[in-house]
Amino acid sequence: MTDVKFLQGNEACVEGALKAGAKFYAGYPITPSSEIAELASRKLPACDGVFIQMEDELGSMAALVGASMAGAKAFTATSGPGISLMSENIGLAIMTEAPCVVINVQRSGPSTGLATKPAQADIMQARWGTHGDHAMIALYPTTVQECYDLMIKAFNFAERFRTPVFFLSDETVGHMREKLVLHDDIPIIDRPFPKVAPEDYKPYLAGEDKVPPMAHFGSEYLVHASSSMHDETGYPNNKPENADKVIRRLYDKIYDHLDEIIITKEFNLQDADVVFVACGVSARSSREAVQILRQEGIKAGLLQLNTVWPFADEKVKEVAKNAEMIFVPEMNLGQMINEVKRVVGDKPVYGINKVDSTIITPYDIIEKVKGVRGDV
Amino acid sequence: MSRNIFDYIIEDRLPFFWCEGCGNGIILKSIAQAFADLELDQKNIVVVTGIGCWGKADDYLKTNCLHVTHGRALAAATGVKAVNPKLKVVVLMGDGDGLTIGGNHFIHAARRNLDLTAIVSNNFNYGMTGGQYSGTTPEDSFTSTSRYGSIEPPFDVCELAKSAGASYVARSTVYHVKPLEKYIKAAISKKGFSLVDVINICPTHYGRLNNMKSSVEMMEWLKNSSTTKIEEGNIYERKFAIGEFADVEKLDFSTKYVEVQKKAKEKYK
Repeated sequence: MTDVKFLQGNEACVEGALKAGAKFYAGYPITPSSEIAELASRKLPACDGVFIQMEDELGSMAALVGASMAGAKAFTATSGPGISLMSENIGLAIMTEAPCVVINVQRSGPSTGLATKPAQADIMQARWGTHGDHAMIALYPTTVQECYDLMIKAFNFAERFRTPVFFLSDETVGHMREKLVLHDDIPIIDRPFPKVAPEDYKPYLAGEDKVPPMAHFGSEYLVHASSSMHDETGYPNNKPENADKVIRRLYDKIYDHLDEIIITKEFNLQDADVVFVACGVSARSSREAVQILRQEGIKAGLLQLNTVWPFADEKVKEVAKNAEMIFVPEMNLGQMINEVKRVVGDKPVYGINKVDSTIITPYDIIEKVKGVRGDV
Repeated sequence: MSRNIFDYIIEDRLPFFWCEGCGNGIILKSIAQAFADLELDQKNIVVVTGIGCWGKADDYLKTNCLHVTHGRALAAATGVKAVNPKLKVVVLMGDGDGLTIGGNHFIHAARRNLDLTAIVSNNFNYGMTGGQYSGTTPEDSFTSTSRYGSIEPPFDVCELAKSAGASYVARSTVYHVKPLEKYIKAAISKKGFSLVDVINICPTHYGRLNNMKSSVEMMEWLKNSSTTKIEEGNIYERKFAIGEFADVEKLDFSTKYVEVQKKAKEKYK
């Protein structure tokens, strides 16, 4: 029987994680994500999982890697200040290829900023927060239902590609309540397990798809995992050709599979002259703005990015082709807009930006569009 | 089946890369000896290491290994053990790694009493980066970043672990190998957070700057500065007490968490 609930976005994240098979949560309390920890602490132990509240976010992220390497699907939730600390061991998860999901319910910064207010200013932090060359998958929900659906997909991507996956939410999506259908429609993917004999197993030997099969600690396979540069055996190898091979493989295993990873939704784009590219709460306002503008005779449409990283280059190019102008509403001073500009060539691209800790409303968007078009 | 140290140490990788006269090999051999004596299956052991000279110990081991970022070994080990309490999880940290950058994880791991074994190679400086002072460097010591003498008092690793709640706490030195092996074995066997503080020698850095130019001189120093009477030890005066500081019976985290799982299942059945 499919359960229907009325829940917060944050709560829906936990429901999605449990549906995906999460067995471990380590985290540190922080507004506006704490509901995720609270619900995980209640429900995980009922599913034979473990919740642990760590001493800080550095430790939380390290614990996630440990649990993942020991075989558990693992996740954590925090906000920007916590991500700043977790960034160290997000790199560890990338390097050890430990699948895990990191939720960032974004709030207004910099630093402690406005703890209870929304922002979308961690878009680039998600991409480049941890040092060194790397790829990153980041999903962004717009609705409570998407918190559930995309959380399952976030776990699937983490397992499928052996990588940490960012789940970028924002205070508004995290705290709003909407109808949630707890359906079973999304298949659950588990990490690829090795098929070779234990004595032949090399923990970082990948096949054609560049994702190495993963044994866990305590299995019949011995696993050697390391934050430091290593070869297929997991043991150190400092040769330049090895470093080149490893860094490129870690990157390619994501970028070779963009068709699997890029998730977008399109609203009224068929004949749109005015195209919005947005995510999260700003996509919600954009969708409303599309309806109002169309009632007034302006052909507007929305490309909603549910996969923020890797950036949906091809899809953005495609929807921009017939557009007269593109608008990027985002609650920061212009982060995603630079990605849009990078891919759309000569098309005019306008930012709709707000950093006063209030959301971008449909009317903010409409006003900007009319201003640029000269309708006012 | 009788086992020996080369069931755990990769013989082909010897000699160790550590400097001539370093005591890390003595500690690693003692750990492998403990594994052998306890007849542990390599596949059931996870050795978690941090960063630094001692953090390279996993390069020589054929157990499961997880080599992580600087200071985070205990936190990573917490995740490993929490999801699979059957694994023997042994955490190797230096004084810079475990007690300085990782100090917060250290006290909380001891408090949480998860069944982990922490073995600290305590050589009073950051060897890998050139001998800078750490959180255990004795006051007035000379290091590459305290050339006028360190003005910071050190942590007593054992007292810190004990007061934070560790189930088992012991100290030996690389000179006192028999007690070292005994304490490591006891620590691995203990259910709950256990710690062995191993006073180690770094002739390359700490010794050179503190009038001990060879490992022999440093070994003499350990011999003459140690006491088996715990009450006579005083880390602040470089008098090292060797012995067991704590050995208490209390429920570990995982045993208690089974009760949490029961209660949660009752609520959500």
